[in-house]
Amino acid sequence: MLEKILVLLCLPSALAQHLCTPGASDGYKVRLSIKTALGDQAYVWNENEMFLFRATLAFAMRTHFNGQMYNVSNIVVCDETPRVSFWFVVTSPLDTSTLVDRKDVEEAVRKSRNRINSAFLLTDKTLEFIGIAPTLAAPVYPDPPPWLIVFGVVMGAVGAGIIILLVTSVLQKKRKKNEKSEGEDDEEDTRVKTVENGTASDGVYNMSFSDDERFTKM
Amino acid sequence: MKLQLPNPGLEDRILSHQQLDKLEKDEAGDRPKWDNKTQYMLTCVGFCVGLGNVWRFPYLCQSHGGGAFMIPFLILLVLEGIPLLHLEFAIGQRLRRGSLGVWATIHPYLTGIGIASMCVSLTISLYYNTIMAWILWYFFNSFQEPLPWSQCPMNANLTGIVSECERSSPVDYFWYRETLNTTPAIEEDGGLQWWILLCHICAWSVLYICIIRGIETTGKAVYVTSTLPYVVLTIFLIRGLTLKGSLNGVKFLFTPDLTELAKPSTWLDAGAQVFYSFSLAFGGLISFSSYNSVHNNCEQDAVIISIINGITSVYAATVIYTIIGFRATERFDNCLSGNILALLNVFELPEGNITDSNYNQVVQRLNATHPEVFQQLDLKSCNLNTFLSEGVEGTGLAFIVFTEAITKMPLSPLWAVLFFIMLFCLGLSSMFGNIEGVLVPLQDLNVFPKTWPKEVVTGVTCMLCCLVGLIFIQGSGSYWLSLFDTYGGSIPLLVVAFCEMISVVYIYGIDRFNDDIKFMIGHKPNFFWQASWRVISPLIMFIILVFYFVTKVSEKIVYKAWNPESNTFPTLEEKPYPGWIYAIIFILAGIPSLAVPLVCVWKCLKSKKRDKPHLDNISDQIQMNNESKKSTA
Repeated sequence: MLEKILVLLCLPSALAQHLCTPGASDGYKVRLSIKTALGDQAYVWNENEMFLFRATLAFAMRTHFNGQMYNVSNIVVCDETPRVSFWFVVTSPLDTSTLVDRKDVEEAVRKSRNRINSAFLLTDKTLEFIGIAPTLAAPVYPDPPPWLIVFGVVMGAVGAGIIILLVTSVLQKKRKKNEKSEGEDDEEDTRVKTVENGTASDGVYNMSFSDDERFTKM
Repeated sequence: MKLQLPNPGLEDRILSHQQLDKLEKDEAGDRPKWDNKTQYMLTCVGFCVGLGNVWRFPYLCQSHGGGAFMIPFLILLVLEGIPLLHLEFAIGQRLRRGSLGVWATIHPYLTGIGIASMCVSLTISLYYNTIMAWILWYFFNSFQEPLPWSQCPMNANLTGIVSECERSSPVDYFWYRETLNTTPAIEEDGGLQWWILLCHICAWSVLYICIIRGIETTGKAVYVTSTLPYVVLTIFLIRGLTLKGSLNGVKFLFTPDLTELAKPSTWLDAGAQVFYSFSLAFGGLISFSSYNSVHNNCEQDAVIISIINGITSVYAATVIYTIIGFRATERFDNCLSGNILALLNVFELPEGNITDSNYNQVVQRLNATHPEVFQQLDLKSCNLNTFLSEGVEGTGLAFIVFTEAITKMPLSPLWAVLFFIMLFCLGLSSMFGNIEGVLVPLQDLNVFPKTWPKEVVTGVTCMLCCLVGLIFIQGSGSYWLSLFDTYGGSIPLLVVAFCEMISVVYIYGIDRFNDDIKFMIGHKPNFFWQASWRVISPLIMFIILVFYFVTKVSEKIVYKAWNPESNTFPTLEEKPYPGWIYAIIFILAGIPSLAVPLVCVWKCLKSKKRDKPHLDNISDQIQMNNESKKSTA
């Protein structure tokens, strides 16, 4: 009697098991790279982890199909390898002999991909669903672009520096002109004195005459 | 017997030693002066140490036998670099003129040398500042995390990444598309790229503010621009040595391969590198040393600056190759992990079964047991030496290879900012010398009225150069730049340097030159200087010139274009230049080189014409003079 009950209980799962084959049209292959992702803190893959996977996937199916009560038994797994990769198919909760369509499974996984990843402490690259490409994050383009801000700062500083230097040199020239016009009256007196004294002291060497010597030889 | 060409009237054109001493004592003359010796040394070091030390020397070193390349480099540094440098310093300090003035003083027919120097300095200033604009663009873009060249942008409808980027790499894409926006051929100009135009204006503005009052402002700027590169190189050395795989790079760089010494191309490249690295024949060094006091020890300066330049080249090469070693090791590790992952996935082996150490054994075993599956895998071959010898030079090293390495380091924006500041300072300090080689001859030629203040002269020159430099801001700008670099900045310099040596030694007179140096620094130059100035250096210059000319003329004139539609993408496509480029090459290389003999001939004819009518008026006086001479003889 007991054996009959056991066989009856195992029958649905056995029936469902034959639906899952590697390369099944409605199934997906999953590959986990736990050691690559976590290194020393990697956990061992065992039956419990597999149970968590099936439960997470059931959760994903429930979230996508609001209302349909998916259970752990609806996720059928087969062809486990030491790599930690396996195939899975999803049976419909209403009829365990039919499989949920590939596209629906893909949609469900895509929606809850983040939750599935974080349940296993993995990322899109280390928990791969072969055939389901991860959705790329939308790029963030800050506006205005950062380089324009830095350019503005540098250009502003340089521009201010140029203006300051030009203004100071104009002011210096003005000051020199004022001093010169004051000093010219004094200079005329001193010049007359040096002429009177003759060549007592050497004057300032005037370079502009050096080239003319060539012609005076004639 | 010393060869000395006749040079009448030389005494009248130059100041005698007594006049120089008087000038020095009275502090007369309106020539600008250095505030102190440090400013002068830093300016010269900054002029000599430039981008070439960072991105040309390491490549040459690695491709010509590593440590063995040091031998021709050091030999030619001593025989070619130091004598020429001492010559330029001494002649500038003695004659107290800029480059055009010096040659015109030695003999009016030699003005062509000064004009050729000026043309070359002008050509190089034009395109060098565009490189500075590119460096500024990268610098401005380094202030963000993640760096824009670390990942590919998404395409228009956000379904995937841009195809051009996917097929090449994020750094390539950022350089060729987002920076240059290159066209596939030099004929298509592609219009002005506004973002690079802004950086171009910024680069010329920074240069203007540093040279606005000549060496008064330049002398202050060099305290930063000449010292900062060394600080940054040291920081990078410390950072580089702590990265994985850096020692592989350094070992690869310095491993000597003595068979390279037998090849003439090694010696030619070493000679050319020494010559261009010292920024000789630009005229800038002559100008800078003319602002010194008469009794400054130019011999000591030449030796010190040469040693600093040589040491900097080797130091920069070491730093660059620690980072290249890191990048190559990273690529090798990625290649290996990619292969290991592929094997694990296909053969369903648990992770950790294949490691770096047992990789080869496992591969052999699997190949033996499952050959068909293995063939289908198509594993890439990973060889560290191949990655290390992907030697790149020039802009490729700075903007592609190094930037990629920076993205792999933690705190990438910091390293990017430091790196591009260093490149900017290296380039800016070289630009000071280039612009000096343009401004002073323009003033000597009286192109600008004497009443214009210095600020206006420098401003007008910078603005004109900025406008002409717009050629390089187009889509095809990088092709024009490499054209200018290859032809405008190579052969004319060699011609000018050769003529400089001949002029000073044989037209000015080596005896007079020796006396001048004895007057300036206190002792006559020893046998080494005599031998190198008279024979060795001119001979080396002549050989390099001939070989360079022959090599350039005989090789195919092609350029490498970035063409997304070509079959070899992402490798650059080799294209021949269109026909009209030959005219441009002639203008760039031929006109400065030909200026030397042409101006000589023109001056000769002009002076003959001037003498003729003069003679008619005073022919009697001359006859009388001749007769009186004959009577006294």
